[in-house]
Amino acid sequence: MAYDKFTTLTSTAVPLPLENVDTDQIIPARFLKATAREGFGDNLFRDWRYNADHTPKENFVLNNPIYTGKILVGGKNFGSGSSREHAAWAVYDYGFRCVVSSFFADIFRNNCLNVGVLPVQVSPTFLEQIFEAVYADPNTQLEVDLPNQTITILATGGQETFEINSYKKDNMLNGFDDIDYLQNIKGEIESFADGLLL
Amino acid sequence: MGKTLFDKVWDSHVVRKIEGGPDVFFIDRHFIHEVTSPVAFLGLKSRGLKVLYPERTFATADHNTPTINQHLPVEDPLSANQLKALEDNSKEYGISHWGLGHHKNGIVHVVGPENGITFPGATIVCGDSHTSTHGAFGAIAFGIGTSEVEMVLSTQCIMQPKPKKMRINVNGQLGKGVTPKDVALFIISKLTTSGATGYFVEYAGDVFENMTMEGRMTVCNLSIEMGARGGMIAPDETTFAYLKDKPLSLKGADWDKAVAHWKTLKTDADATFDKELTFSASEIEPMITYGTNPGMGIGISKNIPDANKVEGGIATYKKSLEYMGYDENDVMIGKKIDYVFLGSCTNGRIEDFRAFASIVKGRKKADHVTAWLVPGSHIVEDKIKEEGLLDILTESGFVLRQPGCSACLAMNDDKVPAGKYAVSTSNRNFEGRQGPGSRTLLASPLVAAAAAVTGVVTDPRELL
Repeated sequence: MAYDKFTTLTSTAVPLPLENVDTDQIIPARFLKATAREGFGDNLFRDWRYNADHTPKENFVLNNPIYTGKILVGGKNFGSGSSREHAAWAVYDYGFRCVVSSFFADIFRNNCLNVGVLPVQVSPTFLEQIFEAVYADPNTQLEVDLPNQTITILATGGQETFEINSYKKDNMLNGFDDIDYLQNIKGEIESFADGLLL
Repeated sequence: MGKTLFDKVWDSHVVRKIEGGPDVFFIDRHFIHEVTSPVAFLGLKSRGLKVLYPERTFATADHNTPTINQHLPVEDPLSANQLKALEDNSKEYGISHWGLGHHKNGIVHVVGPENGITFPGATIVCGDSHTSTHGAFGAIAFGIGTSEVEMVLSTQCIMQPKPKKMRINVNGQLGKGVTPKDVALFIISKLTTSGATGYFVEYAGDVFENMTMEGRMTVCNLSIEMGARGGMIAPDETTFAYLKDKPLSLKGADWDKAVAHWKTLKTDADATFDKELTFSASEIEPMITYGTNPGMGIGISKNIPDANKVEGGIATYKKSLEYMGYDENDVMIGKKIDYVFLGSCTNGRIEDFRAFASIVKGRKKADHVTAWLVPGSHIVEDKIKEEGLLDILTESGFVLRQPGCSACLAMNDDKVPAGKYAVSTSNRNFEGRQGPGSRTLLASPLVAAAAAVTGVVTDPRELL
């Protein structure tokens, strides 16, 4: 899909210090019935965010006006469970461009990279530092620098580098997706398929 | 150096390697369903692309379909819209479509194998994480996102870095009442839901060698719940016997040629894994989950663990128990339950219904329990009737519904109400998975049946 290029993002962050946040929490299955990609942000974390009568749950972080920004910071094993790309769409549609965690589930990480959300994996220690900084001052700015593969807590200067393969990095920097690449090697794919038994 | 089963299948499907990036990976078989495909087709249309190999993609409707009155129009307009989109897109692009009402309709991971679409050594994807099911045949099978569905439709390839390799060995003899589901829930409880993230798993050892294909499918299905992208088991005579003469299996000389190749699909003696774990079958008893992820499982006779004794954050653990309405050190046996769900791509096959029937036979459903028995496909439904299982179930006060994913993810009307407890043979016990506020206890069909007739969590070994 087409998405905005990602270079450097400086933003406040929204803390969600829970482990094993699964994609059923990010976007519950009953909201997967759309046949278009837009609008999922309204139901991001639906059942943590709203009561059954649709009133906001005051103690959930997205309903706390103190915490805003384009970076979501979650606990270990973020995005486990279902392969629903709707979870990544919901994160993007809500306005996040980056998710930070100490560990991501595979499919969610992959889906994020395909839709323009940058997953940034940091050490458990640095994750704690981010939570501490954001709780101490919700206006704390984080800087995510994709070209240099660094994430920095601007107030403290604390910094870590993060991994991303050079192919995906190039895609994110340019707003390209895999289909652009695959279309260009279609002949090679067709020759490969011709040699298969089944 | 020797190659693993996984290496052999993976390496033979790499179209191109990208320096510092993923492999361009060819997909033999692609399944689509109504929920994760519409946006992929929108993408194709907006780019003006065609489906490159429509004969390699198979469509079935399952995720949001009703499990009663399937002959009537689908009431929910959003679900109906998705079903129509699947039908229209399949027709427009020449894809085989087994929609609602079709005699081959059912859950994608049930109909693929039972029709012989799945085969050893294949690469198989679907916009559904339980695609790992097909690994039971010695295939590399895993779930993908909708962007990747679009890639497969348009180019038959996706771009994936090769995962690391893990082998999980389970040796010995499984005890009475211990099923493939228990083996899987046991392994997940040991590894946690992220223990195999980044890996592709091969299951080995005599427990898996002695398992039926349906049992192997249950195990491979749950690979994703330990974080693995997929799991696989080397194909053997059990595999070939299952696939032979399935409607879409190869025939005659082509079959013989394929079997000769499939026999080479096993891990070489000198191949190595990035990680290897071994368990003994005798450690495993019937399992049940008590929390809000599939790693939170225990032997049914055990107590809920103390927060200080579990891996991971105490706050997350306590939040989970609070959601379930349970306390640390609670005994699971005797906990009252309200719903029982038999079905899903994990446990919706004929052997699961046989197991369930073996317990409820001659007993009655507990009055306060609502039971949803949902076959994985029409083929399973037909067998339930042919084998006389329906009579047993009816006699015991149960009603058989029509095929679909149903209460596994509760996209249709089969929703467990807030606060209620469901013993489910499905695969996820996440908060609200079976309906907002629902509480899920994952277990085998035997444990589900024991709960259905007693109304409380019960050790099935006492009823066998």
